[in-house]
Amino acid sequence: MSEIQYQSAKTVKEAVKYMQAAKGKGYILAGGTDLLVQMKSGARSPGVIVDVKKIPEMVTVTEKNGSFTIGAATPAAVLGENKKLRKTWPGVIEACNLIGSTQVQGRASAGGNLCNASPAADSVPALVAAGCIVNVAGPTGKRKIPVEEFCTGPGKTSLKTGEIVVSLTLPKRPKNSSDAYLRLIPRTEMDIAVVGVGVSLTMKGDTVADARVGLGAVAPTVLLVKDAAKALIGSKLDDAALDAAAAACSAACNPINDKRGTIKYRTKIAGVLLKRSAMIARDRINGIEHRGHRPV
Amino acid sequence: MAKIHVNTTINGAPTEFLCDANQTLLDVLRDNLGLTGSKEGCGSGDCGACSVMVNGRLVCSCLVLAPEAQGMKIETIEGMAEGDKLHPLQKKFVEMAALQCGICTPGFLIASKALLEKYPNPTEDEVRYWLAGNLCRCTGYDKIVTAVLDVAAEMRESAR
Ligand SMILES: Cc1cc2nc3c(=O)[nH]c(=O)nc-3n(C[C@H](O)[C@H](O)[C@H](O)COP(=O)(O)OP(=O)(O)OC[C@H]3O[C@@H](n4cnc5c(N)ncnc54)[C@H](O)[C@@H]3O)c2cc1C
Ligand code: FES
Ligand code: FES
Repeated sequence: MSEIQYQSAKTVKEAVKYMQAAKGKGYILAGGTDLLVQMKSGARSPGVIVDVKKIPEMVTVTEKNGSFTIGAATPAAVLGENKKLRKTWPGVIEACNLIGSTQVQGRASAGGNLCNASPAADSVPALVAAGCIVNVAGPTGKRKIPVEEFCTGPGKTSLKTGEIVVSLTLPKRPKNSSDAYLRLIPRTEMDIAVVGVGVSLTMKGDTVADARVGLGAVAPTVLLVKDAAKALIGSKLDDAALDAAAAACSAACNPINDKRGTIKYRTKIAGVLLKRSAMIARDRINGIEHRGHRPV
Repeated sequence: MAKIHVNTTINGAPTEFLCDANQTLLDVLRDNLGLTGSKEGCGSGDCGACSVMVNGRLVCSCLVLAPEAQGMKIETIEGMAEGDKLHPLQKKFVEMAALQCGICTPGFLIASKALLEKYPNPTEDEVRYWLAGNLCRCTGYDKIVTAVLDVAAEMRESAR
Protein backbone atom coordinates (compact mmCIF):
# COMPACT_ATOMS: atom_id res chain seq x y z
CA MET A 1 0.00 0.00 0.00
CA SER A 2 1.38 3.38 -0.88
CA GLU A 3 1.14 5.95 1.87
CA ILE A 4 0.77 9.60 1.07
CA GLN A 5 3.41 11.77 2.72
CA TYR A 6 3.55 15.45 3.63
CA GLN A 7 6.93 17.19 3.68
CA SER A 8 7.55 20.81 4.49
CA ALA A 9 10.80 21.85 2.82
CA LYS A 10 12.98 24.55 4.40
CA THR A 11 15.15 25.22 1.35
CA VAL A 12 14.85 24.94 -2.43
CA LYS A 13 17.52 22.25 -2.35
CA GLU A 14 15.49 20.20 0.13
CA ALA A 15 12.32 20.59 -1.97
CA VAL A 16 14.17 19.40 -5.08
CA LYS A 17 15.53 16.42 -3.13
CA TYR A 18 12.03 15.39 -2.02
CA MET A 19 10.69 15.81 -5.55
CA GLN A 20 13.53 13.79 -7.06
CA ALA A 21 13.10 11.01 -4.50
CA ALA A 22 9.36 10.87 -5.24
CA LYS A 23 10.14 9.76 -8.82
CA GLY A 24 7.32 11.61 -10.53
CA LYS A 25 4.82 11.01 -7.70
CA GLY A 26 5.75 14.24 -5.94
CA TYR A 27 3.61 17.35 -6.08
CA ILE A 28 4.61 20.80 -4.93
CA LEU A 29 2.06 22.37 -2.60
CA ALA A 30 1.85 26.13 -2.98
CA GLY A 31 -1.64 27.48 -2.19
CA GLY A 32 -3.27 24.13 -2.89
CA THR A 33 -6.27 25.74 -4.59
CA ASP A 34 -5.75 23.52 -7.64
CA LEU A 35 -3.92 20.61 -6.03
CA LEU A 36 -6.40 19.92 -3.20
CA VAL A 37 -9.38 20.15 -5.53
CA GLN A 38 -7.65 17.71 -7.90
CA MET A 39 -6.77 15.33 -5.06
CA LYS A 40 -10.36 15.30 -3.84
CA SER A 41 -11.72 14.58 -7.32
CA GLY A 42 -9.15 11.83 -7.79
CA ALA A 43 -7.53 13.59 -10.74
CA ARG A 44 -4.21 13.63 -8.83
CA SER A 45 -2.95 11.11 -6.30
CA PRO A 46 0.39 12.28 -5.00
CA GLY A 47 2.80 9.97 -3.23
CA VAL A 48 4.53 12.93 -1.63
CA ILE A 49 3.24 16.46 -1.11
CA VAL A 50 6.07 18.97 -0.82
CA ASP A 51 4.99 22.20 0.88
CA VAL A 52 7.25 25.05 -0.22
CA LYS A 53 5.71 27.89 1.79
CA LYS A 54 8.38 27.72 4.51
CA ILE A 55 11.07 28.53 1.92
CA PRO A 56 11.62 32.31 2.27
CA GLU A 57 12.64 32.97 -1.35
CA MET A 58 9.51 31.21 -2.60
CA VAL A 59 7.10 33.41 -0.66
CA THR A 60 8.64 36.87 -0.92
CA VAL A 61 8.92 39.60 -3.52
CA THR A 62 12.30 41.26 -4.06
CA GLU A 63 13.38 44.15 -6.26
CA LYS A 64 16.85 44.54 -7.71
CA ASN A 65 17.81 47.33 -10.12
CA GLY A 66 14.16 47.86 -11.02
CA SER A 67 13.49 44.19 -11.75
CA PHE A 68 11.01 42.36 -9.50
CA THR A 69 11.35 38.68 -8.58
CA ILE A 70 8.20 37.08 -7.22
CA GLY A 71 8.51 33.95 -5.07
CA ALA A 72 6.54 31.26 -6.94
CA ALA A 73 4.33 30.42 -3.94
CA THR A 74 3.58 33.99 -2.82
CA PRO A 75 -0.21 34.32 -2.33
CA ALA A 76 -1.92 36.63 -4.83
CA ALA A 77 -3.31 38.75 -1.97
CA VAL A 78 0.26 39.48 -0.83
CA LEU A 79 1.22 40.53 -4.37
CA GLY A 80 -1.77 42.90 -4.49
CA GLU A 81 -0.68 44.54 -1.24
CA ASN A 82 2.78 45.35 -2.62
CA LYS A 83 2.22 48.95 -3.75
CA LYS A 84 5.40 49.32 -5.76
CA LEU A 85 4.89 46.06 -7.60
CA ARG A 86 1.29 47.02 -8.33
CA LYS A 87 2.32 50.41 -9.60
CA THR A 88 5.03 48.99 -11.88
CA TRP A 89 3.01 46.00 -13.17
CA PRO A 90 -0.68 46.84 -12.70
CA GLY A 91 -1.67 44.35 -15.42
CA VAL A 92 0.21 41.42 -13.89
CA ILE A 93 -1.21 42.20 -10.46
CA GLU A 94 -4.81 42.69 -11.62
CA ALA A 95 -4.52 39.33 -13.41
CA CYS A 96 -3.25 37.63 -10.22
CA ASN A 97 -5.96 39.34 -8.19
CA LEU A 98 -8.70 38.04 -10.51
CA ILE A 99 -7.94 34.45 -9.47
CA GLY A 100 -10.92 33.16 -7.49
CA SER A 101 -12.49 34.69 -4.39
CA THR A 102 -10.98 36.66 -1.51
CA GLN A 103 -10.45 33.31 0.23
CA VAL A 104 -8.70 31.82 -2.82
CA GLN A 105 -6.58 34.99 -3.07
CA GLY A 106 -5.22 34.30 0.41
CA ARG A 107 -3.59 31.13 -0.91
CA ALA A 108 -3.40 31.00 -4.72
CA SER A 109 0.02 31.77 -6.19
CA ALA A 110 1.25 32.86 -9.61
CA GLY A 111 3.64 29.88 -9.60
CA GLY A 112 0.76 27.48 -8.97
CA ASN A 113 -1.37 29.16 -11.61
CA LEU A 114 1.47 28.69 -14.12
CA CYS A 115 2.44 25.13 -13.11
CA ASN A 116 -1.17 23.95 -13.18
CA ALA A 117 -0.88 24.76 -16.89
CA SER A 118 -4.52 25.58 -17.58
CA PRO A 119 -4.91 27.39 -20.93
CA ALA A 120 -7.32 29.72 -19.09
CA ALA A 121 -4.98 30.57 -16.17
CA ASP A 122 -5.50 34.27 -15.54
CA SER A 123 -2.01 35.35 -14.52
CA VAL A 124 -0.27 33.75 -17.48
CA PRO A 125 -1.29 36.05 -20.40
CA ALA A 126 -0.22 39.02 -18.28
CA LEU A 127 3.09 37.32 -17.42
CA VAL A 128 3.63 36.55 -21.11
CA ALA A 129 2.97 40.19 -22.01
CA ALA A 130 5.38 41.24 -19.24
CA GLY A 131 8.23 39.13 -20.67
CA CYS A 132 8.48 37.14 -17.43
CA ILE A 133 11.32 34.67 -16.92
CA VAL A 134 10.61 31.49 -14.95
CA ASN A 135 13.43 30.54 -12.55
CA VAL A 136 13.63 26.76 -12.26
CA ALA A 137 15.73 24.64 -9.89
CA GLY A 138 16.29 20.92 -10.28
CA PRO A 139 18.63 18.03 -9.53
CA THR A 140 21.10 19.20 -12.19
CA GLY A 141 21.04 22.88 -11.25
CA LYS A 142 19.15 25.98 -12.22
CA ARG A 143 17.73 27.15 -15.52
CA LYS A 144 15.63 30.01 -16.83
CA ILE A 145 12.63 29.58 -19.14
CA PRO A 146 10.72 32.37 -20.93
CA VAL A 147 7.19 32.08 -19.55
CA GLU A 148 5.60 31.61 -23.00
CA GLU A 149 7.67 28.43 -23.46
CA PHE A 150 6.89 27.00 -20.03
CA CYS A 151 3.58 25.24 -20.71
CA THR A 152 3.51 22.61 -23.43
CA GLY A 153 -0.18 21.69 -23.39
CA PRO A 154 -3.20 21.62 -21.09
CA GLY A 155 -1.87 20.43 -17.71
CA LYS A 156 1.63 19.95 -19.14
CA THR A 157 4.79 21.91 -18.42
CA SER A 158 8.41 21.68 -19.50
CA LEU A 159 9.52 20.83 -15.94
CA LYS A 160 11.52 17.60 -15.70
CA THR A 161 11.27 15.17 -12.78
CA GLY A 162 12.62 16.83 -9.65
CA GLU A 163 12.41 20.34 -11.08
CA ILE A 164 10.44 23.08 -9.38
CA VAL A 165 9.67 26.72 -10.12
CA VAL A 166 11.41 28.91 -7.56
CA SER A 167 10.39 32.36 -8.71
CA LEU A 168 9.23 34.58 -11.55
CA THR A 169 11.33 37.52 -12.68
CA LEU A 170 9.79 40.58 -14.32
CA PRO A 171 12.28 42.66 -16.32
CA LYS A 172 13.24 46.23 -15.49
CA ARG A 173 10.65 48.64 -16.83
CA PRO A 174 11.63 51.37 -19.31
CA LYS A 175 10.05 54.79 -18.64
CA ASN A 176 6.50 55.32 -19.88
CA SER A 177 5.56 51.66 -19.66
CA SER A 178 2.50 49.95 -18.27
CA ASP A 179 0.30 46.92 -18.75
CA ALA A 180 -3.26 45.64 -18.47
CA TYR A 181 -5.14 42.35 -18.33
CA LEU A 182 -8.78 41.77 -19.23
CA ARG A 183 -10.73 38.54 -19.22
CA LEU A 184 -14.24 37.75 -20.33
CA ILE A 185 -16.31 35.54 -18.04
CA PRO A 186 -20.04 34.81 -18.31
CA ARG A 187 -20.55 35.94 -14.70
CA THR A 188 -19.04 38.95 -12.95
CA GLU A 189 -16.83 36.99 -10.51
CA MET A 190 -15.66 33.45 -9.69
CA ASP A 191 -15.53 32.02 -13.18
CA ILE A 192 -13.04 30.69 -15.72
CA ALA A 193 -11.87 32.95 -18.54
CA VAL A 194 -13.50 32.45 -21.93
CA VAL A 195 -10.75 34.70 -23.30
CA GLY A 196 -7.96 36.56 -21.47
CA VAL A 197 -5.67 39.19 -22.97
CA GLY A 198 -2.59 40.80 -21.44
CA VAL A 199 -0.93 43.80 -23.10
CA SER A 200 2.29 45.52 -22.07
CA LEU A 201 3.24 48.82 -23.71
CA THR A 202 6.12 51.25 -23.73
CA MET A 203 5.31 54.65 -25.25
CA LYS A 204 7.57 57.34 -26.64
CA GLY A 205 5.44 60.45 -26.75
CA ASP A 206 2.18 59.26 -28.23
CA THR A 207 3.80 56.48 -30.26
CA VAL A 208 4.13 52.86 -29.17
CA ALA A 209 7.85 52.09 -28.82
CA ASP A 210 7.44 48.51 -27.64
CA ALA A 211 4.59 46.06 -27.04
CA ARG A 212 3.95 42.48 -26.02
CA VAL A 213 0.65 40.64 -26.15
CA GLY A 214 -0.34 37.45 -24.27
CA LEU A 215 -3.53 35.61 -25.20
CA GLY A 216 -5.22 33.01 -23.00
CA ALA A 217 -8.07 30.45 -23.13
CA VAL A 218 -8.14 30.26 -26.94
CA ALA A 219 -5.51 27.56 -27.59
CA PRO A 220 -3.94 24.58 -25.75
CA THR A 221 -1.44 26.97 -24.14
CA VAL A 222 -1.30 30.71 -23.53
CA LEU A 223 0.12 32.40 -26.62
CA LEU A 224 2.60 35.18 -27.23
CA VAL A 225 1.06 37.02 -30.19
CA LYS A 226 4.00 38.64 -31.95
CA ASP A 227 1.93 39.84 -34.92
CA ALA A 228 -0.38 41.80 -32.64
CA ALA A 229 2.60 43.46 -30.99
CA LYS A 230 4.06 44.26 -34.42
CA ALA A 231 0.81 45.95 -35.45
CA LEU A 232 0.93 48.15 -32.35
CA ILE A 233 4.62 49.11 -32.41
CA GLY A 234 5.23 52.39 -34.24
CA SER A 235 1.53 53.30 -34.15
CA LYS A 236 -0.27 55.91 -32.13
CA LEU A 237 -2.85 53.28 -31.13
CA ASP A 238 -5.09 54.65 -33.86
CA ASP A 239 -8.08 52.63 -35.07
CA ALA A 240 -6.18 51.09 -38.00
CA ALA A 241 -3.39 49.80 -35.73
CA LEU A 242 -5.85 48.51 -33.13
CA ASP A 243 -7.91 46.78 -35.84
CA ALA A 244 -4.78 45.15 -37.25
CA ALA A 245 -3.64 43.99 -33.80
CA ALA A 246 -7.14 42.70 -33.01
CA ALA A 247 -7.17 40.77 -36.29
CA ALA A 248 -3.77 39.26 -35.40
CA CYS A 249 -5.17 38.08 -32.05
CA SER A 250 -8.22 36.57 -33.72
CA ALA A 251 -5.98 34.86 -36.28
CA ALA A 252 -3.87 33.33 -33.49
CA CYS A 253 -6.91 31.71 -31.87
CA ASN A 254 -7.35 27.96 -31.97
CA PRO A 255 -10.06 27.60 -29.34
CA ILE A 256 -12.46 24.91 -28.21
CA ASN A 257 -16.22 25.10 -28.62
CA ASP A 258 -18.07 24.68 -25.34
CA LYS A 259 -21.09 25.89 -23.47
CA ARG A 260 -19.15 28.86 -22.13
CA GLY A 261 -18.03 30.15 -25.52
CA THR A 262 -18.18 29.09 -29.13
CA ILE A 263 -15.15 29.18 -31.42
CA LYS A 264 -16.62 32.14 -33.30
CA TYR A 265 -17.33 34.07 -30.12
CA ARG A 266 -13.93 33.44 -28.54
CA THR A 267 -12.16 34.43 -31.76
CA LYS A 268 -14.05 37.70 -31.99
CA ILE A 269 -13.67 38.54 -28.29
CA ALA A 270 -9.90 38.00 -28.44
CA GLY A 271 -9.67 41.04 -30.72
CA VAL A 272 -12.08 43.13 -28.66
CA LEU A 273 -10.18 42.53 -25.42
CA LEU A 274 -6.85 43.28 -27.14
CA LYS A 275 -8.10 46.75 -28.06
CA ARG A 276 -9.50 47.48 -24.60
CA SER A 277 -6.39 46.20 -22.80
CA ALA A 278 -4.09 48.25 -24.99
CA MET A 279 -6.09 51.39 -24.27
CA ILE A 280 -6.06 50.73 -20.52
CA ALA A 281 -2.28 50.21 -20.61
CA ARG A 282 -1.92 53.55 -22.43
CA ASP A 283 -4.24 55.27 -19.94
CA ARG A 284 -2.06 54.01 -17.11
CA ILE A 285 1.06 55.39 -18.77
CA ASN A 286 -0.79 58.71 -18.90
CA GLY A 287 -1.58 58.52 -15.20
CA ILE A 288 -5.24 57.52 -15.55
CA GLU A 289 -6.14 54.87 -12.96
CA HIS A 290 -8.14 51.74 -13.71
CA ARG A 291 -8.91 49.44 -10.80
CA GLY A 292 -10.89 46.32 -9.99
CA HIS A 293 -13.89 45.80 -7.73
CA ARG A 294 -12.26 44.53 -4.57
CA PRO A 295 -11.05 47.13 -2.08
CA VAL A 296 -7.32 47.98 -2.22
CA MET B 1 -0.89 4.97 8.44
CA ALA B 2 1.53 6.98 10.56
CA LYS B 3 -0.21 10.07 11.90
CA ILE B 4 1.36 13.52 11.78
CA HIS B 5 1.59 15.42 15.05
CA VAL B 6 0.69 19.10 14.65
CA ASN B 7 1.07 21.96 17.15
CA THR B 8 -1.00 25.00 16.37
CA THR B 9 -2.95 27.86 17.95
CA ILE B 10 -6.72 27.97 17.54
CA ASN B 11 -8.62 31.03 18.74
CA GLY B 12 -5.66 31.91 20.95
CA ALA B 13 -5.37 28.50 22.60
CA PRO B 14 -2.36 26.25 21.96
CA THR B 15 -3.79 23.10 20.41
CA GLU B 16 -2.29 19.83 19.21
CA PHE B 17 -3.75 17.12 17.05
CA LEU B 18 -2.86 14.04 15.04
CA CYS B 19 -3.81 13.92 11.37
CA ASP B 20 -3.20 12.19 8.06
CA ALA B 21 -1.13 13.85 5.33
CA ASN B 22 -4.13 14.38 3.10
CA GLN B 23 -6.65 15.46 5.73
CA THR B 24 -7.89 19.02 5.39
CA LEU B 25 -7.85 21.62 8.13
CA LEU B 26 -11.66 21.68 7.90
CA ASP B 27 -11.84 17.92 8.56
CA VAL B 28 -9.60 18.24 11.59
CA LEU B 29 -11.49 21.23 12.99
CA ARG B 30 -14.81 19.46 12.66
CA ASP B 31 -14.01 15.79 13.18
CA ASN B 32 -10.94 15.74 15.44
CA LEU B 33 -11.44 18.92 17.47
CA GLY B 34 -15.23 19.18 17.57
CA LEU B 35 -15.19 22.74 16.22
CA THR B 36 -18.21 22.25 13.98
CA GLY B 37 -18.96 25.95 13.45
CA SER B 38 -17.02 25.91 10.17
CA LYS B 39 -19.22 24.17 7.60
CA GLU B 40 -18.49 22.09 4.53
CA GLY B 41 -20.67 23.26 1.67
CA CYS B 42 -18.64 22.08 -1.29
CA GLY B 43 -15.14 21.00 -0.27
CA SER B 44 -13.72 22.66 -3.37
CA GLY B 45 -13.22 26.34 -2.54
CA ASP B 46 -16.43 27.55 -4.16
CA CYS B 47 -18.83 28.27 -1.28
CA GLY B 48 -16.82 29.83 1.56
CA ALA B 49 -18.80 28.06 4.32
CA CYS B 50 -15.49 26.76 5.69
CA SER B 51 -13.85 30.22 5.89
CA VAL B 52 -11.27 30.66 8.65
CA MET B 53 -8.33 32.99 9.27
CA VAL B 54 -4.86 31.48 8.99
CA ASN B 55 -2.07 33.79 10.17
CA GLY B 56 -4.39 36.75 9.63
CA ARG B 57 -5.49 35.73 6.12
CA LEU B 58 -8.97 34.72 5.07
CA VAL B 59 -8.87 31.24 3.49
CA CYS B 60 -11.07 28.23 2.79
CA SER B 61 -10.15 25.60 5.38
CA CYS B 62 -11.29 22.88 2.97
CA LEU B 63 -8.33 23.84 0.75
CA VAL B 64 -5.72 23.85 3.52
CA LEU B 65 -4.00 20.61 4.51
CA ALA B 66 -4.13 19.92 8.24
CA PRO B 67 -0.34 19.43 8.56
CA GLU B 68 0.13 22.95 7.19
CA ALA B 69 -1.35 24.25 10.45
CA GLN B 70 1.93 23.50 12.27
CA GLY B 71 3.00 26.72 14.00
CA MET B 72 0.12 28.74 12.53
CA LYS B 73 -2.47 30.93 14.21
CA ILE B 74 -5.99 29.89 13.28
CA GLU B 75 -9.18 31.78 14.03
CA THR B 76 -12.58 30.16 13.59
CA ILE B 77 -16.16 31.25 14.15
CA GLU B 78 -15.99 29.75 17.66
CA GLY B 79 -13.63 32.57 18.62
CA MET B 80 -15.79 35.42 17.33
CA ALA B 81 -18.08 36.04 20.31
CA GLU B 82 -16.51 36.86 23.67
CA GLY B 83 -18.38 34.50 25.93
CA ASP B 84 -22.02 35.56 25.67
CA LYS B 85 -21.09 38.86 24.04
CA LEU B 86 -21.72 38.63 20.33
CA HIS B 87 -19.52 40.43 17.81
CA PRO B 88 -21.35 43.42 16.27
CA LEU B 89 -21.61 41.50 12.98
CA GLN B 90 -23.20 38.51 14.72
CA LYS B 91 -25.68 40.80 16.48
CA LYS B 92 -26.58 42.59 13.29
CA PHE B 93 -27.04 39.36 11.32
CA VAL B 94 -29.56 38.24 13.96
CA GLU B 95 -31.32 41.61 14.14
CA MET B 96 -31.63 41.99 10.38
CA ALA B 97 -32.40 38.33 9.66
CA ALA B 98 -29.35 38.08 7.42
CA LEU B 99 -29.63 34.32 7.68
CA GLN B 100 -32.19 31.59 7.25
CA CYS B 101 -30.82 28.05 7.46
CA GLY B 102 -27.51 29.39 8.77
CA ILE B 103 -25.16 27.03 6.95
CA CYS B 104 -23.39 29.88 5.17
CA THR B 105 -23.42 32.22 8.18
CA PRO B 106 -20.14 31.31 9.93
CA GLY B 107 -18.31 31.78 6.63
CA PHE B 108 -19.99 35.10 5.91
CA LEU B 109 -19.22 36.34 9.43
CA ILE B 110 -15.54 35.39 9.28
CA ALA B 111 -15.17 36.90 5.80
CA SER B 112 -17.04 40.09 6.73
CA LYS B 113 -14.96 40.54 9.88
CA ALA B 114 -11.79 40.19 7.79
CA LEU B 115 -13.13 42.82 5.40
CA LEU B 116 -14.02 45.39 8.06
CA GLU B 117 -10.74 44.96 9.94
CA LYS B 118 -8.88 45.79 6.76
CA TYR B 119 -11.25 48.18 5.02
CA PRO B 120 -13.53 49.91 7.55
CA ASN B 121 -15.31 51.94 4.89
CA PRO B 122 -16.18 49.65 1.98
CA THR B 123 -18.66 50.53 -0.76
CA GLU B 124 -21.56 48.20 -1.48
CA ASP B 125 -19.77 47.06 -4.64
CA GLU B 126 -16.65 46.25 -2.61
CA VAL B 127 -18.65 44.29 -0.02
CA ARG B 128 -20.31 42.25 -2.77
CA TYR B 129 -17.02 41.45 -4.51
CA TRP B 130 -15.20 40.70 -1.23
CA LEU B 131 -17.98 38.22 -0.36
CA ALA B 132 -18.27 36.74 -3.87
CA GLY B 133 -16.67 33.53 -2.61
CA ASN B 134 -19.39 33.04 0.01
CA LEU B 135 -22.53 31.43 -1.35
CA CYS B 136 -25.96 31.56 0.28
CA ARG B 137 -28.90 29.55 -0.98
CA CYS B 138 -31.47 31.24 1.25
CA THR B 139 -31.23 34.98 1.80
CA GLY B 140 -30.68 36.43 -1.66
CA TYR B 141 -27.62 38.28 -0.23
CA ASP B 142 -29.22 41.72 0.16
CA LYS B 143 -29.77 41.41 3.90
CA ILE B 144 -26.21 40.17 4.38
CA VAL B 145 -24.71 43.03 2.40
CA THR B 146 -26.90 45.59 4.21
CA ALA B 147 -25.94 44.13 7.59
CA VAL B 148 -22.23 44.38 6.78
CA LEU B 149 -22.58 47.98 5.56
CA ASP B 150 -24.57 48.91 8.68
CA VAL B 151 -22.01 47.40 11.03
CA ALA B 152 -19.22 49.15 9.10
CA ALA B 153 -20.99 52.49 9.64
CA GLU B 154 -21.60 51.78 13.34
CA MET B 155 -18.03 50.67 13.94
CA ARG B 156 -16.70 53.81 12.25
CA GLU B 157 -19.06 55.92 14.36
CA SER B 158 -17.98 54.33 17.65
CA ALA B 159 -14.30 54.60 16.67
CA ARG B 160 -14.58 58.37 16.35
C1 LIG C 1 -12.95 28.59 -6.16
C2 LIG C 1 -11.80 28.68 -7.11
C3 LIG C 1 -11.76 29.69 -8.06
C4 LIG C 1 -10.70 29.78 -8.95
N1 LIG C 1 -10.69 30.80 -9.86
C5 LIG C 1 -9.66 30.93 -10.71
C6 LIG C 1 -9.63 32.01 -11.63
O1 LIG C 1 -10.51 32.87 -11.64
N2 LIG C 1 -8.59 32.09 -12.50
C7 LIG C 1 -7.58 31.17 -12.50
O2 LIG C 1 -6.66 31.30 -13.29
N3 LIG C 1 -7.59 30.13 -11.64
C8 LIG C 1 -8.60 29.99 -10.75
N4 LIG C 1 -8.61 28.95 -9.86
C9 LIG C 1 -7.55 27.94 -9.90
C10 LIG C 1 -6.39 28.18 -8.90
O3 LIG C 1 -6.82 28.93 -7.80
C11 LIG C 1 -5.22 28.91 -9.55
O4 LIG C 1 -4.74 28.19 -10.65
C12 LIG C 1 -4.08 29.20 -8.56
O5 LIG C 1 -3.24 30.19 -9.06
C13 LIG C 1 -3.25 27.98 -8.22
O6 LIG C 1 -2.24 28.37 -7.33
P1 LIG C 1 -1.90 27.55 -6.03
O7 LIG C 1 -0.77 28.24 -5.37
O8 LIG C 1 -3.10 27.32 -5.21
O9 LIG C 1 -1.42 26.18 -6.69
P2 LIG C 1 -1.36 24.65 -6.16
O10 LIG C 1 -2.72 24.12 -6.09
O11 LIG C 1 -0.55 24.64 -4.89
O12 LIG C 1 -0.52 24.04 -7.31
C14 LIG C 1 -1.06 23.88 -8.62
C15 LIG C 1 -0.24 22.86 -9.40
O13 LIG C 1 1.06 23.36 -9.70
C16 LIG C 1 2.07 22.61 -9.05
N5 LIG C 1 2.99 23.60 -8.48
C17 LIG C 1 2.63 24.65 -7.69
N6 LIG C 1 3.70 25.42 -7.42
C18 LIG C 1 4.76 24.84 -8.05
C19 LIG C 1 6.15 25.18 -8.14
N7 LIG C 1 6.65 26.25 -7.52
N8 LIG C 1 6.95 24.37 -8.87
C20 LIG C 1 6.44 23.27 -9.50
N9 LIG C 1 5.13 22.91 -9.44
C21 LIG C 1 4.31 23.69 -8.73
C22 LIG C 1 1.36 21.79 -7.99
O14 LIG C 1 2.03 20.59 -7.70
C23 LIG C 1 0.01 21.58 -8.63
O15 LIG C 1 0.06 20.52 -9.54
C24 LIG C 1 -9.65 28.83 -8.92
C25 LIG C 1 -9.68 27.81 -7.95
C26 LIG C 1 -10.73 27.73 -7.05
C27 LIG C 1 -10.73 26.65 -6.01
S1 FES D 1 -16.50 23.91 1.87
FE1 FES D 1 -14.74 25.09 1.61
S2 FES D 1 -15.36 26.49 0.11
FE2 FES D 1 -17.09 25.20 0.24
S1 FES E 1 -28.84 31.12 5.16
FE1 FES E 1 -29.08 29.23 4.19
S2 FES E 1 -27.36 29.20 2.86
FE2 FES E 1 -27.30 31.17 3.62
